[in-house]
Amino acid sequence: MDPTDHGVDPGTPGHEGRVVLNEAEISRAVTRMAHQILEADHDAALVLLGIPTRGVPLAHRLATAMEQADGRTVPVGALDITLYRDDLREQPTRPVGRTVLPTGIDGATVILVDDVLYSGRTIRAALDALGDLGRPRAVRLAVLVDRGHRELPIRADHVGKNLPTSSTETVRVRLAETDDVTEVRISKGDHA
Amino acid sequence: MRHLLSAADLDRDEVTAILDQAEEMSQVQSRPVKKLPALRGRTVVNLFFEDSTRTRSSFELAGKWLSADVINVSAKGSSVSKGESLRDTVQTIAAMGVDALVIRHHASGAPLQTTQWIDAHVVNAGDGTHEHPTQSLLDAFTMRRHFRSLGDDSFVGKRVLIVGDITHSRVARSNVLLLQTLGAEVTLVAPPTLLPSGVGSWPVSVNTDFDAALPTADVVMMLRVQKERMSGGYFPTPREYTVGYGLTRDRLATMPEHAVICHPGPMNRGLEISADAADGAASRILDQVAAGVAVRMSVLYQLLGGDEDK
Repeated sequence: MDPTDHGVDPGTPGHEGRVVLNEAEISRAVTRMAHQILEADHDAALVLLGIPTRGVPLAHRLATAMEQADGRTVPVGALDITLYRDDLREQPTRPVGRTVLPTGIDGATVILVDDVLYSGRTIRAALDALGDLGRPRAVRLAVLVDRGHRELPIRADHVGKNLPTSSTETVRVRLAETDDVTEVRISKGDHA
Repeated sequence: MRHLLSAADLDRDEVTAILDQAEEMSQVQSRPVKKLPALRGRTVVNLFFEDSTRTRSSFELAGKWLSADVINVSAKGSSVSKGESLRDTVQTIAAMGVDALVIRHHASGAPLQTTQWIDAHVVNAGDGTHEHPTQSLLDAFTMRRHFRSLGDDSFVGKRVLIVGDITHSRVARSNVLLLQTLGAEVTLVAPPTLLPSGVGSWPVSVNTDFDAALPTADVVMMLRVQKERMSGGYFPTPREYTVGYGLTRDRLATMPEHAVICHPGPMNRGLEISADAADGAASRILDQVAAGVAVRMSVLYQLLGGDEDK
């Protein structure tokens, strides 16, 4: 890894602040989480459900890492939570994303995957959405970054990196699948 | 989007957004729990001054599946039958704290007029012989799924025949406008007596010979012969109408194999459409009904899902 990636770069918009996880570190975090998930629920029928936008490619990365770890193919889907948000009315109508269930979730152990865990409200919405789709045996939560500041009694089971932040800071996860680079960046202020 | 009064209110991106959203909404139809919480606490009133089965019930289901509270008011059995004016009826309902009013009225322009009296969002569910925008959206949804199944979901260059009573058809007007926005080529097929005056200025081609137009079609949309709007003299006999403009079994054989049949319903079987056409493999008539709920969910969500002032 390149240590200069951790420097402050106030230049181009979206590239402010400093990198807290680079591509190699993200890859290692995903591999570690994949092993943890397999160890914690090795007997269960697992289903990975990513929360759009960046939870979906992360879920695919986890599935790839799990396949490499013990040859197991875990189905991957997407769970859009737009219609379950508690702040729909606080802004103009949000476009609805895509929900894809690769298989039935009744009786399965669902691993919800998101990029950043912050207030916990997204996960609350995701749990409500799951309840309307079926009855999993258990639901776990895997996030790449836990930045604290929870507003609801929700915690993650598998965390790529715990990142203490101030609530005035912005944490941005970028993945090659959806962005131009793969990195996690933290910056001051609200310019994300 | 504040109201949906005309298919012409929507540009291509807005139509695509509504149809894409409807694709997601349509998933709820096959779920064990047919409920989404997005419009919890919102109130939708269906105000229908004309009879309707599919439009009213699909707006009702659409609202309920999005968790809105929905009530239906029809002219029969309401104060309208005691002589209350449209304005008083609408303002009375709005005074109860309604978020959206879905209105069907026999007078063209009634929904637009309504927007000047109340603050609620207004959806035109059919006004006279003017427009029926959500019908054209569900038709476009059905057509797009068909085009997609053939490998290309673009409307550009696709030929849609709209056949029948164009003069009295709000479905035809909204479809012409929406299909033009999407880039399809529309051909109106009707006897000269059922073509509106001024049709020459519409962005369509016109053909009075159904047999000549049919082999070029990608979609054949049959319109209902509206007996209730016929004061006579448009065609000599129902039999002659069927011979000239009905989708009969013999005509069905000359339709291209990849083409599909739509009908906004209710059908007059044996008049404008034969049972072979209505129930055959090329029919998309029941898909249209299913699409109606998804598309109306999408429209209600678009109008009520957020707060456009923020």
